Amino acid sequence: MSAIPFPAPPADSPEVVALRTQFRAFLHQQLGDRTPRQRSDNWYGFSRDFSRAMGHAGYLGMTWPKQYGGHERSAFERAVIVEESLASGAPVGAHWIADRQSGPSILKFGTDEQKDTILPRIAAGELAFGIGMSEPDSGSDLAATRTKAVRDGDLYRVTGTKVWTSFAHEADYVILFCRTSGTPADRHQGTSQLLVNLKDTPGLTIRPIIDLAGQHHFNEMHFEDAIVPAKYLLGKEGDGWNQVMSELAFERSGPERFLSSIELMLQLLNMLKGRDDDAALATIGRLTAQLAVLRRLSRSVAAMLQDKQDAALQASIVKDVGAVWEQTLPDFARQLVDAEPDPRSAAAYAGVLANIVHNAPSWSLRGGTREILRGIIARGLGTR
Amino acid sequence: MLADMIERLLDRHLDDAAQAQAREGQWLPALWAEVEEMGLPLALLTEDQGGFGLSFEEAGEALRLLGRHAMPLPVVETMAANQLLAAAGLPLAEGAAGLARADDLKLIDGRLTGTVPRVAWGEQIGCLALAVGDRLYRVPRSGWSVAEQGTSLNFHPRPSLAIDWAVDASAPLPHCPLAAGATVRAFQIAGALEAALAMTLDHTATRVQFGKPLQKNQVVQHELAKLAGELACATAAADLAGEALARGDTLGVAAGSLRAREAAGTGAGIATQMHGAIGFTREHRLHLYTTALWTWRDEFGGQVFWATQLGRAAITAGGQGYWPMVTAL
Repeated sequence: MSAIPFPAPPADSPEVVALRTQFRAFLHQQLGDRTPRQRSDNWYGFSRDFSRAMGHAGYLGMTWPKQYGGHERSAFERAVIVEESLASGAPVGAHWIADRQSGPSILKFGTDEQKDTILPRIAAGELAFGIGMSEPDSGSDLAATRTKAVRDGDLYRVTGTKVWTSFAHEADYVILFCRTSGTPADRHQGTSQLLVNLKDTPGLTIRPIIDLAGQHHFNEMHFEDAIVPAKYLLGKEGDGWNQVMSELAFERSGPERFLSSIELMLQLLNMLKGRDDDAALATIGRLTAQLAVLRRLSRSVAAMLQDKQDAALQASIVKDVGAVWEQTLPDFARQLVDAEPDPRSAAAYAGVLANIVHNAPSWSLRGGTREILRGIIARGLGTR
Repeated sequence: MLADMIERLLDRHLDDAAQAQAREGQWLPALWAEVEEMGLPLALLTEDQGGFGLSFEEAGEALRLLGRHAMPLPVVETMAANQLLAAAGLPLAEGAAGLARADDLKLIDGRLTGTVPRVAWGEQIGCLALAVGDRLYRVPRSGWSVAEQGTSLNFHPRPSLAIDWAVDASAPLPHCPLAAGATVRAFQIAGALEAALAMTLDHTATRVQFGKPLQKNQVVQHELAKLAGELACATAAADLAGEALARGDTLGVAAGSLRAREAAGTGAGIATQMHGAIGFTREHRLHLYTTALWTWRDEFGGQVFWATQLGRAAITAGGQGYWPMVTAL
């Protein structure tokens, strides 16, 4: 056995090959007029229409039971949908979080009523979710969470502030990580998860946080004695830490962890058309080798998830190595092509490069900072 | 099963004294006899060809193990050469073998002449599986003399060979020896990185500085995580190259080989740094692995050779064709 097993992913079955062909045609038809600059938004692109079309065509909730609107397909078939969506720059934001982590968490921990009412609508591309984890004083240190939910009969009264919630201003729900008993000093104990309806929660105000690119993805959610029905408790009260760790495992494993800048690679290749110098050839060759291997590692993780193995260590490694790839791509591009990036340019290359340079810093922050991930990997190796 | 046998063999016959002898350029006849006795030179052949009929995973594990023990003799070269010879329908090697490609050799009146650069243990091997153009030649030991001595970074012989041989065994080339060599090297690199990570974990757990094991420091933990990432990439890269070689896809071999070569350098660097000064000496066994990694990453076509092939294919594919090309690797 290898020191850190990454089992070889099985060869693509005829079903997987057919699905890829069919889905590429779907994307081609859906995304015909999307500009390179728009495509470079990657999973920050948000389109209700596109998500509904995905749901209608049966590409969401791929692995879930049919009973809940899912399609009972394999983790590999879902991986095809995810990687092809990202590689083509599809605006997946309106179903991304729900399909990736909120839905699977609800499927795993939710009540029958929650599953019946929410999952089919996610699978139909009708419900958008945000993530309710980070707080002003608790980012990487999630266990320091302060947002408090106090039980009051058949409801919870919620007080506290969440930050960095992508799409909270557009989405329908978040899964809120909060404290239902004790104090932040209790760390993992006394935490729970609540399903919060963003469109219908008295006492909740949502305020934009504008990022350095001038874009509005992030939000602050401020809960002031906000009312959440007790039936919206997800899983068990007090079991929030285990549940949120399970949710993070869904979040860390996918190809979005190295494909964020793929549109820049595609535009760079267009700029290099006809170039036959060793610098261009060797740099692109090396980047391509790295990408192919990352993709293989990610497919290994999918194989492990399919076999119900614990892939937390492997997923963290893929995210760590993957973030380096997507984040350093602009530097390699700059060694090959001189171009001043321009965030308002209609020119494909200058506009895409600007968007990527602006957004790249976030890729080693979101979903667990590089430093946290490396700590997790080191612990997985038996240190500490 | 095979892995256990290899482990036992290497534990018994490959100690530090044997490694030191190999560094002096001395062949290890007792070790080679054991390798032959076990049938390792035929390990990559199918059962029909008289091999073990190993699964892909078993073959990969065997190759990685040879890297994990820094096997100094050209065992993987012999395995790959025999696979090539068997695929071409030529007689297998007697004893150890090498494999090479040299397109500037001349074939005049049935006589092959020219120089093949830097063949591992070129004086000691019995046979060379040599590609020239689209043909494979099975050159016996009597078909060459040493043109120039050479030494690898881990101090094993790499003489350049002056071929002068009346061709009596050749066939159409089934696959490129450089691709085959690059693939087995990728597996060796993954294996050597496994050893380097294990040693580094052990060293940083037991070495105490400032009153605590090195491993208790976050900066050290982060370097360990990066080393684990390089190991993961090398392992996946070797598998990628192995699968690509089996289906005759040179670009896939290029991708896997390139990433493994890169991991060799980065991984060796981290492992040495984490060991501190002792990792820079021959007193600690780490050098067996770091010098092997630095050797293997530049053999069977270099970084530029493989990267430019893959890069040219990518630039030709352009923005439109790139992703389909990547998913086919």
